[in-house]
Amino acid sequence: MAVILLIEDDPLVSRGLQLALTRYGNTVTTAATGEDGLRACHETAPELVVLDVMLPDLDGFEVCRRLRARGPVPIIMLTARGDDFDVVAGLAAGADDYVTKPVRPAVLDARIKAVLRRGGPRDSDRSNGAQTHGELEIDAAGAVVRKRGQPVALTPIELRTLLALSAAPGRVFTRQQLLEQVWEHDYLGDSRLVDNCVQRLRAKIEDVPAEPVYVQTVRGFGYRFGPV
Amino acid sequence: MRRLFRPRGLRVRLVLAFVLVAVAGAAAAAWAGAASAGASLVGAAERRHTEDLVHRIEAVAPDLNLPPDQEMLDRVRASIGEHTQVTYQGRSSGELPLITGELRAAARDRLVFQRVDTGEGPRLLIGTPIVTTGLDLRRTPSGIEVYAVRDLSDVAGQVDGLVGTAALTSAVALPLAVLLALVAAGGVLRPVRRVRDTAVALAGGDLSARISTGGADELEDLGETVNRMADSLQEVLTEQRRFVADVSHELRTPLTTLTAVVEVLAESADDRRPMARESAELAVAETERLVALVEDLMEVSRFDAGMARLRTEPVEVPDAIRDCLRARGWLDDVQLDLPEPVSATLDRRRLDVIVANLVGNALCHGEPPVRLTLRADDGELEIEVTDHGPGLSPEALAHVFDRFYKADSARPRSPGSGLGLAISLANARLHGGDLVAGNAGGGGARFVLRLPRHHEEAE
Repeated sequence: MAVILLIEDDPLVSRGLQLALTRYGNTVTTAATGEDGLRACHETAPELVVLDVMLPDLDGFEVCRRLRARGPVPIIMLTARGDDFDVVAGLAAGADDYVTKPVRPAVLDARIKAVLRRGGPRDSDRSNGAQTHGELEIDAAGAVVRKRGQPVALTPIELRTLLALSAAPGRVFTRQQLLEQVWEHDYLGDSRLVDNCVQRLRAKIEDVPAEPVYVQTVRGFGYRFGPV
Repeated sequence: MRRLFRPRGLRVRLVLAFVLVAVAGAAAAAWAGAASAGASLVGAAERRHTEDLVHRIEAVAPDLNLPPDQEMLDRVRASIGEHTQVTYQGRSSGELPLITGELRAAARDRLVFQRVDTGEGPRLLIGTPIVTTGLDLRRTPSGIEVYAVRDLSDVAGQVDGLVGTAALTSAVALPLAVLLALVAAGGVLRPVRRVRDTAVALAGGDLSARISTGGADELEDLGETVNRMADSLQEVLTEQRRFVADVSHELRTPLTTLTAVVEVLAESADDRRPMARESAELAVAETERLVALVEDLMEVSRFDAGMARLRTEPVEVPDAIRDCLRARGWLDDVQLDLPEPVSATLDRRRLDVIVANLVGNALCHGEPPVRLTLRADDGELEIEVTDHGPGLSPEALAHVFDRFYKADSARPRSPGSGLGLAISLANARLHGGDLVAGNAGGGGARFVLRLPRHHEEAE
């Protein structure tokens, strides 16, 4: 269903994942190095990138940063160790989600679909139509966010997070609730995904990200939208 | 307790040895001094008494008429003093029972003296012949013999005083010796204690423990040897742990490929070729088990390397427990006793690992009903998992948290990696809590997990 670029240097792993993901109906192209991956991403414009951390030339974090600098293509990091260092560095580089090797194809496919649900507002969100909060205009139906009239380029997961929060301004969401609702993770999601996504969201929509107005932190509980 | 007492025993032995040597030395010196001073005092007294006697005799000797009559003997005796006997050929003036025949025989031709101890104190017995000098200057014994007894009690008193001083000196040396011994023992024992503390830390698993060395004596040598030993221990262990971590890591790459393709294989397997289908399903199941084993090995090596980090967040514990069981399809198999609400700050994933392990073991190795009870007070929460199986033997209880320990080899292999309880215990301890295995009152195994409700966020 999705056009996926898989950047993975080990040829057997690359082929295995390609086979499995293709079986789930995706179209998978592969690249074996960071440079090749960047070039392929530019040429084929995939809907999503699955990115290995260990690459022979540029490491996955650097590739992730460069992809992120170019545009909002969703990125799922494939971490070999699952160690905190890899996860934290991957999220800091701008990844939307991560899976650890070895990953079951069903899990990877589910993550891909969750990250990809473009315009992912659920029907309940959609019914709210366009809302305006201060200088921020959120059009759930059109999956567009504008700030002072200018469109803000959000990745699907950032958009879904913003929609989930803004659907109930003032209500506090725990990280766990956001993980289940936005990332569609099982009950043991990694709350750092939420924190990292909120940081990127703030960098895009807040005037002063350190003093957020739209996405506020409620210490010890989670996040809430506004009240503006 | 033994560990506490052993150095103290060494201290006692050191102090005792030191005190014995010091006091013996002081006593020997004092006694030797007293003895020689006493001897010279006695010698001087003897000389004084004999010289005095000789003088007195010399004073009366020129007036003697031989043979002397009784009156003359009396006169001689009177002029010489008390405690004196003067004899001449069987006649005698005065009586001295102390004088022995032996002494009388010896005193016939020369001056003799003898020290005796009587009941009343030491006495000096002196016997001497009176010698007359003729006109031709020849000296001939006159036949008169003088015996005298002199009291040496004064001298004995002085000698006793000297001995007393010697004893006092030794006594004064005693506390001084104890003090010096304590200082010296402390000097020896402090490095010994440092070595012991470090050895205890090493034995307890802290392989970074080292002894601070600086001096150049034998104990510093020992310290450096222990440090070198710890260095090589740490090196070996680090190498082994790195090896396990590397092996697990290297296994992940082929496992990623396997995991990806065995499912494709199983789904493509045709019902018309049952052997191929069963083989593919076996491959899927075994790959999953291999994945779980490698994951657990990675987790264990993270604990071994001290890389395990707690990521705490507010957790509603009854919800977390239900989620854990629901995700594994165990919700209907376990009797839950969960008071609500119980919130805690802990690592959700690690709590999940522990609960899944305890309940999984109870379901797999025990007999139903399996019961999970949550209790909580202000500071601590307690999760108890019991089953109604045969329980754990004392042998199993001792090893149940060991890696790859199999309680019952006759039973079919459990789906777990054999690392589950070891990882659960490590997770509990990472929270500052504990996990204890035992048997329930009515038989059946009983595991109790205790966690602090508000673990300080590890930064």
